[in-house]
Amino acid sequence: MPNNKVLAIRRQNFAGWTMALPACLLVFTFLILPFFMAFGLSLTNQRLVSPNPTEFVGFENFQQMLGIGLLTMEPDVDDTGNIKIDQEGNPVYPRVRNFTRNQDDYPQYFKKREWFRIGLPNDKMLVVLAQDVVFMKALFNTLLFALIVCPIQAGFALGLALLINQPLRGINIFRTVYFAPVVISMVVVSLLWRFIYDGQNGLLNALLQMFSLGLFESVDWLGNTATALPAIMAMSIWQGVGFHMVIWLSGLQTIPISHYEVARIEGATRWQTFRFVTWPSLRNTAILVMVIITMQAFTLYPQVQVMTRGGPLDSTQSLVFQAVVRGYEKQDISGGSAISVLLFLLVLSISLFQRYLTREKD
Amino acid sequence: MPVHKMVGLALRYLLLIWIAMIFIFPILFMVVSSLKPDLQLLMDSSSLRAFLPVGDISFNNYTSAFDRAPIFFFIFNSVMITGITIVCSLFLCSLSAFSFVFLTWKGKGVVFAIILATFIVPFETIAIPLLLIVNNLPWIGLEGFKTSWINSYHVQIIPFIADALTIFLFVQYFRDLPKDLVEASRIDGATWFQVYRRVIIPLSGPIVATAAILKFLMMYNNQLLWPIMVVQEETYRPVMLGLQYFFQLNTQWGEIMAYLTIITIPVLLFYLVLQKAFIASIASTGIKG
Repeated sequence: MPNNKVLAIRRQNFAGWTMALPACLLVFTFLILPFFMAFGLSLTNQRLVSPNPTEFVGFENFQQMLGIGLLTMEPDVDDTGNIKIDQEGNPVYPRVRNFTRNQDDYPQYFKKREWFRIGLPNDKMLVVLAQDVVFMKALFNTLLFALIVCPIQAGFALGLALLINQPLRGINIFRTVYFAPVVISMVVVSLLWRFIYDGQNGLLNALLQMFSLGLFESVDWLGNTATALPAIMAMSIWQGVGFHMVIWLSGLQTIPISHYEVARIEGATRWQTFRFVTWPSLRNTAILVMVIITMQAFTLYPQVQVMTRGGPLDSTQSLVFQAVVRGYEKQDISGGSAISVLLFLLVLSISLFQRYLTREKD
Repeated sequence: MPVHKMVGLALRYLLLIWIAMIFIFPILFMVVSSLKPDLQLLMDSSSLRAFLPVGDISFNNYTSAFDRAPIFFFIFNSVMITGITIVCSLFLCSLSAFSFVFLTWKGKGVVFAIILATFIVPFETIAIPLLLIVNNLPWIGLEGFKTSWINSYHVQIIPFIADALTIFLFVQYFRDLPKDLVEASRIDGATWFQVYRRVIIPLSGPIVATAAILKFLMMYNNQLLWPIMVVQEETYRPVMLGLQYFFQLNTQWGEIMAYLTIITIPVLLFYLVLQKAFIASIASTGIKG
């Protein structure tokens, strides 16, 4: 008997492995292996195709991307000791080049480029230099995109979910409509909105002019550094809000009706009902919605690829777009991998943050 | 009904309709624009005529779009790549989920934990090393031996067959099925594969639909980042990459709108028919973890 039992266990072992193996092998080869390779490659100078052997370079790729320097400049002074003033009445500052191309006197600024500058008191000027300005802008834009899109999209989605959760006739039709953009490809949506945002013949300008009775002046939404990223944000919210509405909705529907009845008997106002009955029950849904939106925001790509390709003046660069530009277009696998690693660390920190928030309650 | 309640109800519907317009109008604009010649299209966009099929309406944009790009080809590619991936994914992922739930084997816990951990790895973070991998993988096909997967159908299919979400959805569903069913057919002498094939799969209709819809949306709609990197030959291009055709030389917005309409309307119709299943599928992605 024991022999039979051992045999049965062995057979089940074998059957179990065989059935699980194909899918697991695929996950391993095309997900886990490249994941670990990203870490390894980011420490080398690997290129897609190269005659030279790959070399280990340590954290050089990361230093290249993340290196920044702070430079405080005094205004130029003329022979009499007065501050030089330009035609518009602003003080004149020395050229940043004087510092970044002078390896002997300023090795810490060498080969860096100006990212942005801030005026300080007493006419001083703080210049923030970066080794890789384009990457810094991509990082900054991606974080900004997540920071702004996250609360707005989650808020709108909750509003829509509350609207849709009313017992009204025909409410399902509205749910279907609000959700519709979610099933449309972001590529299609981006192209459609590229036309809507067009500066000359765009629908948005035309509508704004019509409603403002001609007062509104046309804006080239995607061609302007100040409006390009907000335009992409608005479109992304339009496309994605239905998705999160559905998640909020499933959270709302877990709240027992009896809770609302108690609130009604106690004479709670509509706001009080929301504040003290609805909202506390939505805590975990809220965390989930925020995390999903943040993750989606971090991987911002098709919008940038289709609408602006990072421009104008790098104002819509994103991390994933830069990873593709480097890893594929410039065939710089190691540089692209380094961006991927940073992106993953961002995603991981959000994920751990979610774990922390949801664990606290148990 | 008292007057103030009627007014309240009317206001609610007004709000609902106003919001619905924000979601519908861009889509309507796309479809309507695809029917207009470019000159009229640009003129109409300054009035509400932009949303109405009025004036010189025709399918000219569609015929010239088909002339400009091998659209049938792109659609065929997309449908085939998406279809094969869905079928393989449903089969292999449900099979492994079956093994995770109903069988006992050495190392199961560890393997399942590793698969689950890949949840938090977005495709975007592995795309670059994956490019290096597929660039160096050998392949034997109808055309003979090749040293790279670049420019092929399988490079767009095989990496996307197995994923943690699909496996996890099946595992969750299988866990709620009664274990007695499996025991009973095992005692009747069925092999494990027969149990999977004859007992479990016939009960899995809802989860197969959910997994298929999710895979469809992921594959058909997102074919951009990966094909851009691995498919340079147009023979293998999916619809989303085919768009590049319309930005060479002069941009004809009417044609672009026609192309967008062609590749979007089937998905929208599909959604309208199966909207409950679509919405339920998307909601289920939120329950992960």
